[in-house]
Amino acid sequence: MSDIKVDFKAVQHIAKLSRLAINEQQAQEYTNQLNQILGLFDKISNLSTEGIEPLVTPTEIEIFWREDIAENNYSSEEMVANAPSQQGSLFKVPPVV
Amino acid sequence: MNITFSSFREISEAIKTKKVSAVEVTKHFLDRIQLLDTKLNSFITLNENAIQQAQNIDDQIKAGDVLGPLAGIPFGIKDMLCTKNLRTTAGSKILENFIPPYDSTVVKKLKNSGAVILGKLNQDEFAMGSSNETSFFGPVKNPWNPEYVPGGSSGGSAAAQAARLVAGTIGTDTGGSIRQPASFCGVVGVKPTYGRVSRYGIIAYASSLDQAGPMTSNVEDAALALEMICGHDPMDGTSSQKVIPRWSADLKADVKGLRIGILEEALKSGLDSDVEKTVQNSIEAFKKMGAEIIPISLSLIEYSIPVYYLIAASEASSNLARYDGVRFGFRAEMQETATSLDDFYSITRGQGFGSESKRRIMIGTFCLSSGYHEEYYVKACKVRRLIKNQYDEAYKKCDIILSPVAATPAFKLGDRISNPLAMYLNDLYTTSANLAGLPSISIPFGLSKNRLPIGIQLTAQAFEEQKLLNAGFALEKASIIGKEKPYVI
Amino acid sequence: MSYRGYDAVIGIETHVQLRTKSKIFSSDATNFDASDNENTSPITLGMPGTLPVLNKKVIEYSVLTGLALNCSIRKKSVFARKNYFYPDLPKGYQISQYDQPICENGALTFMVNGQERRVSITRAHMEEDAGKSTHHGDYTLINLNRAGIPLLEIVSGPEITSATEAAEYGKAIRQVVRYLDVCDGNLEEGSLRCDVNISVKKEGVDKLGTKVEIKNINSFRFIEKAIEYEIDRQIDLLESGQKVIQETRLYDPDKNRTFSMRKKEDAQDYRYFPDPDILPVVISEDFIKKLKAEIPEMPLARAQRFISAHGLPEYDAFVLTTERELADYYEATAKICGNYKSSSNWVMTDVMRELNLNNSIISKAPVSPEALGQLIQMIDNEKISGKIAKSVFSEMWKSGKSPEAIVNEKKMVQISDASTIEKIVDDVLALNPSQVHDYKGGKEKLIGFFVGAVMKTSKGQANPDLVNKILLEKLKK
Repeated sequence: MSDIKVDFKAVQHIAKLSRLAINEQQAQEYTNQLNQILGLFDKISNLSTEGIEPLVTPTEIEIFWREDIAENNYSSEEMVANAPSQQGSLFKVPPVV
Repeated sequence: MNITFSSFREISEAIKTKKVSAVEVTKHFLDRIQLLDTKLNSFITLNENAIQQAQNIDDQIKAGDVLGPLAGIPFGIKDMLCTKNLRTTAGSKILENFIPPYDSTVVKKLKNSGAVILGKLNQDEFAMGSSNETSFFGPVKNPWNPEYVPGGSSGGSAAAQAARLVAGTIGTDTGGSIRQPASFCGVVGVKPTYGRVSRYGIIAYASSLDQAGPMTSNVEDAALALEMICGHDPMDGTSSQKVIPRWSADLKADVKGLRIGILEEALKSGLDSDVEKTVQNSIEAFKKMGAEIIPISLSLIEYSIPVYYLIAASEASSNLARYDGVRFGFRAEMQETATSLDDFYSITRGQGFGSESKRRIMIGTFCLSSGYHEEYYVKACKVRRLIKNQYDEAYKKCDIILSPVAATPAFKLGDRISNPLAMYLNDLYTTSANLAGLPSISIPFGLSKNRLPIGIQLTAQAFEEQKLLNAGFALEKASIIGKEKPYVI
Repeated sequence: MSYRGYDAVIGIETHVQLRTKSKIFSSDATNFDASDNENTSPITLGMPGTLPVLNKKVIEYSVLTGLALNCSIRKKSVFARKNYFYPDLPKGYQISQYDQPICENGALTFMVNGQERRVSITRAHMEEDAGKSTHHGDYTLINLNRAGIPLLEIVSGPEITSATEAAEYGKAIRQVVRYLDVCDGNLEEGSLRCDVNISVKKEGVDKLGTKVEIKNINSFRFIEKAIEYEIDRQIDLLESGQKVIQETRLYDPDKNRTFSMRKKEDAQDYRYFPDPDILPVVISEDFIKKLKAEIPEMPLARAQRFISAHGLPEYDAFVLTTERELADYYEATAKICGNYKSSSNWVMTDVMRELNLNNSIISKAPVSPEALGQLIQMIDNEKISGKIAKSVFSEMWKSGKSPEAIVNEKKMVQISDASTIEKIVDDVLALNPSQVHDYKGGKEKLIGFFVGAVMKTSKGQANPDLVNKILLEKLKK
C-alpha cells in the first residue's frame, strides 16, 4: 500500500470528483500535502485485520424506527427562503441537460 | 453577588428567588462580550433576542411557573449547532448567510430548561482544525495570552468560557474538539458517550464520531448542562434510548478504591515537560484521595491518528456534498446560463470552502474512491474495531483511563497552520475516545511556565458518565486553576 | 427466442414506489398532487445537521414484497450512501443499499403466451427517490416533493429472452406489488418505473455482448416496443461490423426509437460506504413470520386454484386474477351463490362491461358481490329468468338496490306455479280457436305463437319451460 501515491493529475481528478475548483498552484500544494497525509495513513496497512468486522457505529444503540405518520411543519416559502436563486416555490439552477 | 464567577446553580437560584433578574444576568454577560470580545473574536453572531428570552424567564417567574434548572443561565453555542432564525455558519463562507428554520435538539433542550442563548461561537470551519485558525471569521485568541491559539475546533467556546463572556457554552467534539481547547483555555469540557446527545441539527462533520457537550467553568456546571442536553431523540436514529441518570445530583468527589489506569504510551512519548509534570501531579492527587493507580497500555493508540483522519475525512467528503449552492448557502457569482453544471458546483464549492475543508474533502473522496476504498476506508474501520477492543480489555483492569489531553499546552498563532500533518498529530490522545465512542472529560489542572493552562483527560467506559464526572469532580478539587485567572478577564 | 440468428439477453430493474403515508426518512407526506415543494422539510432539503430516521412501514413493505418474490430476507441489511452531484439530489448522495440489500435470491413465475416462465430475482433493495427537475431552456427548476419517497428496486436476473417476456415480467411485478397493496402500480405517475438492460449475442454463443441500459419507460407496451427497437438496432450495428457502445439510452415513444443519454466512459465513481446516520436494519424471525402471515394468495396460485377447485376455464381464471380486487369480487360472488361458472360469466361480461363503459374500477362498482350472488341465486332457483336477470342487473347498477327489491317492486318474479300458468294457457287457447285448429292440423310451427301470447299475457313472468310443457300437453288433447 505504501506505493499508493497521488500525482498532480490524480489530485486534479479527485478535485473534479469532489466538485472543487482549484488552480494549478493549489493543486501542486495539495499534491504534496496529500502524499504526506497518505504516508501517515499507510501506517495502518501493516496491522493484521484478518477476520475483523469493520466498525461504523462505535457504541451499542438500540434500533429506532419511525412510525409511518405524515406531518407538514414547514411551508414551501420557508423551505426556499435560504435559496440563492428561486422561482416561485422552486429552486432555480443553471440548465441541466 | 459576583455574577461573572457564579455557578449555574447560584445564578438560577438568585434568579428564581428574585435576588437578580434574568435580564440583569443576560445584560451583564452581553456587556462583558461588548467589552472583551474585540480582543478574543470568540463570537460570530450575537442573538438579538437574548434579552427578550431573559425577559420571558422573568415573566414566568413572576407568574409563578416552575422553571428548568438552567433558568436564566446565558449560554454561548458553537456555530455547528443550528439555531432557529439565528444565523448558523459552521465557521464557513459557504454558510455565511444561512438562517436555519429549526433548532438543533441540543439547543431546543437548553431552551426548554430555561437557558438564554447569547449568540453563536467561533470555531474552525466545519470543526476541521485544532487551533481555530481555519475559521472564515478569523482566528480566536487564547484569553490567557492573545498570542496563543485557544485550541480547536471549539476555540470560540473555550475562549468565551475562560474569559467568562458567558455562563456556559456548548461545543462539539469529533476528534478532541471539546477537550483540547478546554485544556488550552483552562475550562472543563465533556464529550459524552456516542449516542447520548442527539446530533439532530448539529452540522455534520463526521457522523460516526460527532458528539456535542458542555464546556463550563466547573464540573458541577458541566454535569448539570450535560444532563439537560442528553436523551433519546426520535429525530436521530443513532441516539441512545438509555435513561439519563441524575448526574448533577449524584456528583460525589469520592474516588476511594476507584481504579485509575495511567496510559503508559503517553508517558513514554516525550511529552512537553510542563504537561508531563501536570500528569504526574494529577496521579499524585488521585493517589492521595485514595484511588488505586494502575498502569495501562493501549498499544494501538499510535494508529488512532491515521484511523481517525481517514474515517473523518471519508465521512466529511460525503457530509459536505450538500453545500452545492442550490437550496441554501453561498453560490458563486457566475453567468448562470453560460456555465455547465459541473462548473457551477466546482466554482461555488471552490470559493465557498476554505483550504482545510477542501483538503479533507479531497482526502476523503480519495479514500472512498474505487480502487482505494478497501485499502483505506474499510481497513480503517477494521482497525477502529481493534482499538475499541483494546479499550474493552483495558477496562477489565481499571475504571478510568488518565492521559494528557495534548502533548503540549497551547501553541502560538500561526505556528502550525501551514503544516497540516503537524496539526493532525496534535490530536494523538483525544481521537481514540471518539473512535471507540467513549465519554471523556478534560479537567483544567496545571499551568505551564508561560502561564498557560494544562488539562488532564479522563476517559470512561461507554455510558459511564457518572464515574467520569465523579473522578473529574475529585480531580478538580486538587487543581491549581481556579485560583489563577486568564489575562483577559 | 431468436432474432435474426441472435439471442437477446435482458435484465430489468423495477423501481417500485412504496405507498407509505410519509417519506422513507422523514415525516413529509407523499401525495402525488402536492403543490411545489409542499412536501418538503429541512430533512428532505438536506439542510445542515438534519438526519434520516427510517420509516418502519418501508421495511414491512419491502420484506412483504421480498417474501412474495420468494427472496431470502437478510437478517441484517445496511443502508449505504451513493455519492454523486445532481440538482435533484439534495444531500449530494442517495441513501440506498449496496452490498447488503434486504432481499436476495428470489424468483418470479408468470405466464407468457400460455406458458409458465420463471425469472430469478437477484435482489431487491430499499432506497430514497430523487426530486424532479423541469428544464426551461436556459435554466432548470427543482421540485423536491418526490425526494425521499421510498423505493424498492427489484432487480431481475439477465434471463429474459424476448420483448414480450420482458413486458409480461413487468406486468407480473406490477401485479405482485398491487396484490400486496405496497404500490399503486401507476406507471404514468411514475410509481412504477422500469430500466431495461439489453445485449445481444450470436445464437449458441456463451459470451455476453455489450449491454445498453434503457431508462424510465412508462408503459408495458413501450417496454416491448423499446426492446424490439433496441434489439434491432444492436443487431444492425453488429451485422454492419460496428460495435455496440455501453451507454444509457432513452426511449422516445413518439418516434419509436431509442437515443443516447450518456456514455458509460464518464461513468460516476459512486464511492459507496455504509451510512453512519442509519444503524443496520436488523430483522427478527418473528417480524418475518408476522409478515408472512399477511401475504395474500398470489395471482398465479390463485388462477391455478380457480381452474382446479372451481373448474373455471384457464381464460376465465387468468382474467379474473389480473387484479386482486377483481378476483376477490368474483370469489365473494361465488361464495354467495355457489355457482362458479355463472359467477365468472357475470363478472367477466356484465360487471366488466359496465366498468369499461363508466371508466370505473371494481372497488367502486355500485353492485356488491353479495347482490350479484343473490341475483345469480334467483336465476338458479328459477325465481327469475336469465333474460329478466339482465334487466334486473342494469337496474341494480343504476340504483344500487338489491335484486330482491327490484324484482318485487317491478313484479318480475317468475310464475312457476303450474295451475296459474294452466289458467293463462287455457285463456290463450280459448281466444285463438282457429290457430288451435291449424296446429292440430299439422302446423306445429304455431307453438311459437302460443308461447309468445302466454308470455305476453303473463308480462314475461311465466316460467318459459313450464309454459312450453303445459302448452304441448293441452294441444295434444
